[in-house]
Amino acid sequence: MSSTSVLGGVVRRREDPALIRGGGLYTDDVKLAGTAHAAFVRSPYAHARVVSVDTSAAEAMEGVAAVYTAADVEHLGPLIAQAPVGALRPLLNNGTVKHVGEAVAMVMAEDPYLARDAADAVEVDYDPLPAVVDLKESLGGAMKVHDDMDSNTLVTWAGPFGADEDALAELRAGIDAAKSRDDTVVVSQEMINQRLIPVPIEPRSVLADYQAGYGRFDIYSSTQIPSALAGAIGRYFGMALNQVTVKAMEVGGGFGCKLNVYNDEVLTAYASKQLGRPVKWTETRREAANSTIQGRGWVATATMTGTNDGEILGFELEGIADMGAYSQNFTVAIPFLGLFVGSGQYRFPTYWKMDCVTTHTMTTDAYRGAGRPEAAYYLERIIDMYSREIGMDPTEVRRRNYIPASDFPAAVSPMGFAMDTGDYEANLDAALESAGWSGLLAERDAARAEGRCVGVGIATYVEVCGFGPAPLVDLGFSWAEYQMPSAFNGSGLVRIHPDGSATVSIGTGPSGQGHQTTWAQIVGDGLGMDVERIRVIHGDTEEAPPSIGSFGSRSAAVDGSACYEATRKVQAKAARIAAHLLEASEEDIEFGDGGARVAGTDSSVSWEEIAKTAYQPHLLPEGMEGGLEAHAIFSPGNATWPFGTHIAVVEVDPDTGNVQILRYIGMDDCGNVISPMIVDGQIHGGIAQGIGQALFEDAVYDGDGNLLAGSLMDYILPTAADLPFFELDRTVTPTDINPLGVKGIGEAGTIGAAQTVVNAVVDALESLGVTHIDMPLRPRRVWQAIQDART
Amino acid sequence: MYPRQFEYVAPSGLDEALALLDDNPGAKVLAGGMSLLPLMKMRLLSPELVVDIGRIGGLGDITDNGDTISIGALVRHAEVASSSLIQAQGAALAAAASWTGDRQVRNRGTCCGSMAHADVAADQPVAALALGATMVAASSSGVREIAAADFFVDVMTSALAPNEILTEVRIPKAGAGAGSAYDKLGRRGGHSDYAVAGAAASVTRSNGSVSAASVAVTGVGVRPVLAGAVAEALVGSDGSDAAVEAAAAHAVAGVEVLEDLYGSVEYKIHLAKVFTARAVKAALAAAG
Repeated sequence: MSSTSVLGGVVRRREDPALIRGGGLYTDDVKLAGTAHAAFVRSPYAHARVVSVDTSAAEAMEGVAAVYTAADVEHLGPLIAQAPVGALRPLLNNGTVKHVGEAVAMVMAEDPYLARDAADAVEVDYDPLPAVVDLKESLGGAMKVHDDMDSNTLVTWAGPFGADEDALAELRAGIDAAKSRDDTVVVSQEMINQRLIPVPIEPRSVLADYQAGYGRFDIYSSTQIPSALAGAIGRYFGMALNQVTVKAMEVGGGFGCKLNVYNDEVLTAYASKQLGRPVKWTETRREAANSTIQGRGWVATATMTGTNDGEILGFELEGIADMGAYSQNFTVAIPFLGLFVGSGQYRFPTYWKMDCVTTHTMTTDAYRGAGRPEAAYYLERIIDMYSREIGMDPTEVRRRNYIPASDFPAAVSPMGFAMDTGDYEANLDAALESAGWSGLLAERDAARAEGRCVGVGIATYVEVCGFGPAPLVDLGFSWAEYQMPSAFNGSGLVRIHPDGSATVSIGTGPSGQGHQTTWAQIVGDGLGMDVERIRVIHGDTEEAPPSIGSFGSRSAAVDGSACYEATRKVQAKAARIAAHLLEASEEDIEFGDGGARVAGTDSSVSWEEIAKTAYQPHLLPEGMEGGLEAHAIFSPGNATWPFGTHIAVVEVDPDTGNVQILRYIGMDDCGNVISPMIVDGQIHGGIAQGIGQALFEDAVYDGDGNLLAGSLMDYILPTAADLPFFELDRTVTPTDINPLGVKGIGEAGTIGAAQTVVNAVVDALESLGVTHIDMPLRPRRVWQAIQDART
Repeated sequence: MYPRQFEYVAPSGLDEALALLDDNPGAKVLAGGMSLLPLMKMRLLSPELVVDIGRIGGLGDITDNGDTISIGALVRHAEVASSSLIQAQGAALAAAASWTGDRQVRNRGTCCGSMAHADVAADQPVAALALGATMVAASSSGVREIAAADFFVDVMTSALAPNEILTEVRIPKAGAGAGSAYDKLGRRGGHSDYAVAGAAASVTRSNGSVSAASVAVTGVGVRPVLAGAVAEALVGSDGSDAAVEAAAAHAVAGVEVLEDLYGSVEYKIHLAKVFTARAVKAALAAAG
């Protein structure tokens, strides 16, 4: 290792000047000569039989290149999915449409304005049918979403993982026995974890360029998974992977919604191949609300059984999760990710059952946290209710029921999963100390004495992320449909150029996470090289070694570890070259200050000289190959399990129901930290989205399947002005499953935040008799809850 | 989002702009574009001609006329919010401007444009009503003055004729012992975003009692309205909290209150009363 480590030091994000000043290259910025622009004709009905599609008027318009309907693309088959349970999405549907916004026809024209005009000129005659929107109605199955399916329930996830029916029955019998004891209480609450729309600042965009002369594709797309898109395109069009290049240069936010291969990407490629010219489609904001996957959408009842003195004897969660109309990439797997952390960081027996049902709405899939925020929400809300019921401090209840630090590294959660490392009590203590917990409670009580409705809420979480192949392949997750050879390996390629500068090529890429900075730190640390001499190449399947992409807070833990290993290989060879040049022993070589030196001496050689030598084999030690680069694949044996404690102080105006967050304190633990500023930024964004769910966002549909909050006028996103200052700190419990000791941090803030805020609001309204309010806690709902509690 | 095709003209003089409106009955006037352009992009509105008044001179000033203040058609919300003259003499309108949209919207959107757009939940109209503003509309046949009370007609409908441009909003200065205030609950909580419900009040105190009052509410019905019954109950009262709260009970008298995503009828009625009381109390405090 180098003598001066840049890991853990505060380094400013190198990519920001370009991104902030408009110098970043996003998909829609790419202009290719002769491009046709696509627009879609979309269903205004949630459920309708398409009687006829008349494209003649659109086709006759000047500047229209082509209009496609289902008949044109049926031969390609439906949209592929990783978990193909339930109905797959048709690329275009002229049969029976299943949600508002479903694509019926596609128009290509000379510019996007003409394309929109022509799409509006396509005449579609619909025969509307009743829609299934309500989850309980869907589960009841009185009306089916897909006639050819046996039921609306696609899959039921029950846990602990691996428990058979007998084991589950025994578990439940044990909890039932605890319920009937004299010294126990049972609290139960049905809660809604509402649907959300991801809304990245850059909408999805794709530009397909089929080069007939070479028989190959260049696809530019705002995607988190360029390799999977390349594999999918190859599969649809019968092309080898080396004939398809996908480029996702900069991606302006993803949050999981760009973790899908979409029908519009396949259709744009098809159109380019048919027309022999580039074809571009960029979704509009209104369109995105119904054409890009949504997240969450659960209704479930949480039940907690415990003794009067705070020993929890059982947690049960039973509910329904909304899958939408079609299964896409992960869809039914998302609630399973909730099951993964169904028992959180606790040791009590947990029974977990989630029915995944289909409805006449847009597909749900991964949205920041993906199943884990939902799971943590139910668990941490019901623990709070139980604490209140027995009159015990909520921090004490949590403390008494944690998996103790002494259980690690062999800890297995009650849900049946091996966890890497954890020290939950130390993290809780640090959070309480940082917040000044007893002082907070005293301030709250003083405010209450003045008649103010002030509340303090706390929630803790454990997350599972940074997925490695071992557990997930075992569970049946696979990217095989996308021509990916293995599931979740990480990879990295480090190359030293003849001038001594370096490039790092990675198959994972940023949608705001700062790879350009973090990866340069990992490599720069290993090579003793200034980060300014290192360029990170991401989002290009031609440049990058095969990798699966950015999601599930996996980049640093998995692909970052691969880069670390590749760096070590480069370092080892460079040490031999330096030793040769300095006439020293290889073991005495150390790296730092832009080159190598003999430890304890002034004898040194710069990276420029090492690199120059590396590319002239006659100057190298005898038998050494020329060149200086290395590739590594990293295959972790487990996921990482970050954790943390969040605390919020809120004030409610009982006259209006308005909620104001007065303080927000986060104490997160993601193991070792490569770049503190980036980690803090990830937590900031994550908390913002968690608060967004708690207070603002609601993808509410009416009974006919119309999205009522389909524009940013009505789908309320949190802005910086709506959020408090975040008081962040961290504990450091390194993981033992990767060489960097890092755990994922991209989703943690979101997983911890929503229930923290709701717990605080309920605390504020305790004296008024309010015990629960479903999110989002908009003033209307809070005020109504107060009125209901009063009567 | 892509609007339908339209013609765009940016005349340099008001007469030219007004002639264009005469010749093109379907034309729309563009100032800051914060209301018009989203409607066009969503294809809810597709004018054949857009007349951009942004290059016409003389419309961008806040002018002290002695007894009144004129706000020209190109004065932005940010300028209204930061004007010390309006803060002192028409505080309700300055507050309304400061809570409109976000910083970018306030730097583009205009006070007059918001009036002309007449959104049911907008901030400017309710302040104009309470302050007793005068709307100055120009057409090729001359200038017409419209009282704010007659200006807001229906959902997104003002009293402007298609060939008229709202060139000026004129507010009377607060006299001795007078004050005004605006308060609301925004859709994203606090004062942020469109009003779920809100109220503006302008009051005058003399000899220990309320001698004049004007109160208006927004967000509750199809248009912002004067709450005449509240003003009536206030005038002659001592302006005590009890008197204000009793008066505020009439906040939606005669108004058909409508539910939306942000509030039930019951909640909106309640909020209208709460914010009427808060606005009146703040106005009384400002009146001294």
